[in-house]
Amino acid sequence: MSDPILELSALNKFYNPGSRHQVHAVRDLNLAVEPGEIIALLGSSGCGKTSTLRIIAGFEEASRGAVRLKGREIHKLAPAKRNVAMAFEGYSLYPPLTVRDNIALALKSRRAAREEVEKRVAEIAHLLEIEDILNRYPSSISGGQQQRASLGRALIRDADIHLLDEPMGQLEPQLRALLRGRIKHFIKERGLTAILVTHDQTEANALADRIAVMEDGELQQFDAPDQLRERPANLFTGAFIGEPPMNLFTAQARAEGGALSFSLAEGVTLSYAEDAFSPELRALLNQQSAVTLGIRPHAVRIAQNGAENDVPEGARAEVYANQWLGDQSHVAARFAGGSIVSVEHDRTRYAKGDVIGVEIGVDDLHIFDANSGVAISHGGVVA
Amino acid sequence: MDHAPIWERWLRGVALILVVLFFMFPIFWILVMSVQTNETILRSPPSMAFEPTLQNYQALITGKLETQAGSLDIAFMQNLWNSVLLSVCSVALALVLGVPAAYAFARHKFRGSEDIAFTLLSFRFAPPLLVLLPLTLYFQDIGLADTYVGLIWVYQLICLPLILWIVRGYFEDISPDIEHAYRIAGHSWLSTFRRIALPLAGPGIAAAGLLAFIFAWNNFIFALVLASADKQPVTVGALAFVTASGIQYGQIAAAVVLSIAPTLALALYAQRYLVEGLSLGAVKG
Ligand SMILES: Nc1ncnc2c1ncn2[C@@H]1O[C@H](COP(=O)(O)OP(=O)(O)OP(=O)(O)O)[C@@H](O)[C@H]1O
Ligand SMILES: [Mg+2]
Repeated sequence: MSDPILELSALNKFYNPGSRHQVHAVRDLNLAVEPGEIIALLGSSGCGKTSTLRIIAGFEEASRGAVRLKGREIHKLAPAKRNVAMAFEGYSLYPPLTVRDNIALALKSRRAAREEVEKRVAEIAHLLEIEDILNRYPSSISGGQQQRASLGRALIRDADIHLLDEPMGQLEPQLRALLRGRIKHFIKERGLTAILVTHDQTEANALADRIAVMEDGELQQFDAPDQLRERPANLFTGAFIGEPPMNLFTAQARAEGGALSFSLAEGVTLSYAEDAFSPELRALLNQQSAVTLGIRPHAVRIAQNGAENDVPEGARAEVYANQWLGDQSHVAARFAGGSIVSVEHDRTRYAKGDVIGVEIGVDDLHIFDANSGVAISHGGVVA
Repeated sequence: MDHAPIWERWLRGVALILVVLFFMFPIFWILVMSVQTNETILRSPPSMAFEPTLQNYQALITGKLETQAGSLDIAFMQNLWNSVLLSVCSVALALVLGVPAAYAFARHKFRGSEDIAFTLLSFRFAPPLLVLLPLTLYFQDIGLADTYVGLIWVYQLICLPLILWIVRGYFEDISPDIEHAYRIAGHSWLSTFRRIALPLAGPGIAAAGLLAFIFAWNNFIFALVLASADKQPVTVGALAFVTASGIQYGQIAAAVVLSIAPTLALALYAQRYLVEGLSLGAVKG
């Protein structure tokens, strides 16, 4: 691996320090971004994503910690000296200028040749489908158009890093999907590095090389999209990533006569052959009084045989909702004192009150420490 | 609005006329008085039948007041010039000091910033005489009494708080990210202030300046106490028409007309800014 282009080390941000309204918005954040990478910051509202970007850009001071960009310590520099581009959550176009001039402003002020500016603005406008509004003023265009203009203003720059704060939140899914592809191509083609904040997991998966999941100011996991899905580091990422969310059950693990079984609430038991789990994991589970089991809805299989008598006692569930979303069904059933959701790819015939059998493969089992939430194993292997 | 029934529109018209009459009548009456001689003004009962004369204006402009008791020198034109000088300089100084301060108060909240801003505003609460008495003594000691500089300084008590509070509201209305977007593109703090914040707050600054100008122009008490005849503005100068041989109503009226003319012209010219500035900026601040 090459040297990281951006490095956040032990970054902390307190708003209103020392007062009654103190907010610890970013907690001990360490993050290293490789050159040419696209990073997505994912997390619930208010978890500190925008704060992190603003610290990198220099609009907020880091309370503690350091920001290094291309080997320079930049956290003490003025924003103008950092060579960072940013698309703002609130668009923030300059009202007296047309969209064209807003986008071109940064190039013009570093005295780029007129033809070059025009060429690049045209290119960006084409990329973002805003050619027809270039001569309009920000107050006379829609929110989605302002958002794209603001994104264009950031993308046109040759900065060391591009910070994009929810750059497509206002757009309809079709346009979003189209722009997603184009923007990724644009960034990769030019070898730019970008950090993207988004609430849309599809967007994060499609655009980002790695995703940083944050919660309450803390980095939960920083990994490639498939790793996040298959090997969540803790309960939070497990539950946060994936749609519909992971099914979770509290269970006690017990080894008995060559089988490892998990007893869930209401007498439900999931039993597996002991050797499906690594010896190391078995030893670990032995010490745990309680664990949390996580199963992705896509991995929950419904036994074809729905008749009540055919279903083994321990894996019986009662359907209470069945939603057809146009391309998949979400079957929700009462199971082990809670609820289990299964995703089926066809339209299914299960109706409210039907009893189904639930099958969960060992490979699809995520086990978390019930107290700390830290992942213990994924698919029978220690995490 | 246009769908209102006819009687409602009619009623509204009548109400508007009444309001306009109420506020415009004094101005109209002053105008009429200014083109009459003292005798026709003091006729009883008052009548609208008179021969218009420009002699009042003539007296003001030439500086020679003819009364029964003889000719009297008046310095009205000097007063008018003083008013212009004092108001323009005070507002200019207040803008130079107040606009950056307003920006600082709007953008950089620090401990106690709110208190300082409020203290500045509270200058407007105190009765002017309270400030004036000690000020007169100090000014005499340091040689500022009866100087333009001293007066302009004192006028800051009127202009500065006004400009500070109105303009601050305007700066607060500008999203900081608009400035951030400019700064991050490689511009210094100062050029962002000049190129982004100032133009966006332009209407507010104009309104505040205008209002401060009107307040400064209409001020009476500061100059009355702190300045001698040759430094006094029109508001104080009009006292000269209360002469030994009676009150010169005609000249007073003409003087009033001349002295409200500049502010009236300014206010009419910038009416839009004024209304906007006062309804947007001040209310929010
Ligand atoms: N200027 C500020 N003063 C005080 N607290 C702030 C300030 N800005 C943000 N916060 C707080 O810091 C926390 C993180 O805010 P931040 O804007 O970084 O969230 P976010 O992850 O971007 O959320 P969203 O997804 O809603 O945009 C929140 O609790 C917020 O209330
Ligand atoms: Mg945000």
